[in-house]
Amino acid sequence: MKILSIETSCDETSVAIVEDGRKILTNRIYSQIDIHKKYGGVVPEIASRNHITKLPYIIEDALEETQMRLEDVDAIGVTNGPGLIGALLVGLSEAKAIAYSLDKPLIGVHHIEGHIAANFLQYPELEPPFLTLVVSGGHSHLVLVEDYQTFKVLGRTIDDAAGEAFDKISRVLGFGYPGGPAIDCAAKKGDPEAIAFPRVFLDKKEYNFSFSGLKSSVLNYINSKKMKNEPIVVNDVAASFQMAVVEVLVKKTIACAKGIHMNKICMAGGVSCNSLLRQMMTDAAKEEGLSLYYPDPILCTDNAAMIGSMAYYNFINGAVSDLSLNGIPGLKIGTR
Amino acid sequence: MNTLTIDTSSIVASVAILNEEKLIGEMIINHQKKHSEKLMISVDHLLTDGGLSIKDIDVFGIVSGPGSFTGLRIGMATIKGFAQALNKPVVGVSTLEGLAMNIPFANGLVCPILDAQRNQTYTGAFHFEGGHLVRDMEDSVLEIDVLLEFLKNRKEPIYFLGDGLPRFSETLLKACPTGVSVPNYLNMNRASSAAALVLERALKGKVSHYREIEPVYIRPSYAEEHKK
Repeated sequence: MKILSIETSCDETSVAIVEDGRKILTNRIYSQIDIHKKYGGVVPEIASRNHITKLPYIIEDALEETQMRLEDVDAIGVTNGPGLIGALLVGLSEAKAIAYSLDKPLIGVHHIEGHIAANFLQYPELEPPFLTLVVSGGHSHLVLVEDYQTFKVLGRTIDDAAGEAFDKISRVLGFGYPGGPAIDCAAKKGDPEAIAFPRVFLDKKEYNFSFSGLKSSVLNYINSKKMKNEPIVVNDVAASFQMAVVEVLVKKTIACAKGIHMNKICMAGGVSCNSLLRQMMTDAAKEEGLSLYYPDPILCTDNAAMIGSMAYYNFINGAVSDLSLNGIPGLKIGTR
Repeated sequence: MNTLTIDTSSIVASVAILNEEKLIGEMIINHQKKHSEKLMISVDHLLTDGGLSIKDIDVFGIVSGPGSFTGLRIGMATIKGFAQALNKPVVGVSTLEGLAMNIPFANGLVCPILDAQRNQTYTGAFHFEGGHLVRDMEDSVLEIDVLLEFLKNRKEPIYFLGDGLPRFSETLLKACPTGVSVPNYLNMNRASSAAALVLERALKGKVSHYREIEPVYIRPSYAEEHKK
């Protein structure tokens, strides 16, 4: 079964064709990062305007690459939330019209479930159940994937998402947007033990995260250095900040896996590209005897292939959408 | 030639199917902005009740703007999807042209007024010659005072219509002695009015490709406007 999928929930316009949820036939991604860079972050209205201009071309690219026609696909998958509402509605409206015109099933997909499904594309043998750490610009969740349709959120950030903190600190340090890759790169040249930023673990028995305290602490450090006219070693700040975030993510994830007796861990979302997170999670998993899975960077960023994978599992479990499918900016995991 | 035209540029959602022979059907919902949820269902009802399939549509029409940015994109993305899937041409019509076509027997100036917020209006000006719409002013976003400057000293009747009336009609009618406010039931977007222009243009071969048609926002995004 070949599913054409569309993802426009933020600033990537992406179209993919995925076979049976596991095999990527094409995964076209048009990134608007360069457009939003000059505003220091994603501007929703500009993202929506670019989606509607680019989407028809990206669909054509995907068809051309696979030598297929729209008639040849078996269903249309589309992200219907969470995300920026104006951006979501572009992909959703176009997906509905294509599905209706060609009389194909329409399948709404939850963006975060899509991120998790990126692991199915990377590891054809991977099957639920497993625990997933989903970390991106908008999300920091620990999700137990019981089966292909049952997602239980065991922990979430109570304030900022991890990626949000990266973007904010990056901007203050003058690295610009997007912050993740910039901090990752600068941190390699800095000392992660130079500054003792706090690690916020909250209640040890729970698996929630909090990053706003760490963010304030970094901002206070920078401000007090400036007031005293002391030099700031930006690479050290980046490295110490990154270490504080990663240490919490790794310890919470491992503690959660042990707490629920789960020996498989996945990572997903843009922040799971972070090199320190990958390295420390790999080391910690090895030490605890847990199997760790994470997708290639191209599947961690927002992309339509992951939506196509999840759409397949929704479809074979009977979760097909009707024409009233709406974009929902705050769509909860496990709902549609 | 069967045309299907969509207008989701304002709080009104409207769909019409029109050919040379007749208006096969039209839906106008002037209630709530639930366009994303309702639009495809309206399209499906209208086609089914009209005894047609989406594959019987030869040209897709769209009210391309100005108007609500998100509303414009819901209609435009839908039309692009139809046209791409079925390999059919599209025709774009201005929101203001569409509104003017509500009152084709007007014997004077037709001046649609949309509320563009910040004390501005999306507006244009037209008149009818032998039943045909003729443009007198390009679609623009204007301070209401600038529009009044254009309208003052006009001797002919000026017909105002559009969702900007509740906000601006008092000012407009005071400044323009020949001004007329169009009654409520004609004062909203109707896809059939725009569809008349869609059909006329399609018959003349004035069609666009789904790749090249774009919403006509007129106003840049807030972030672009306020960038230092």
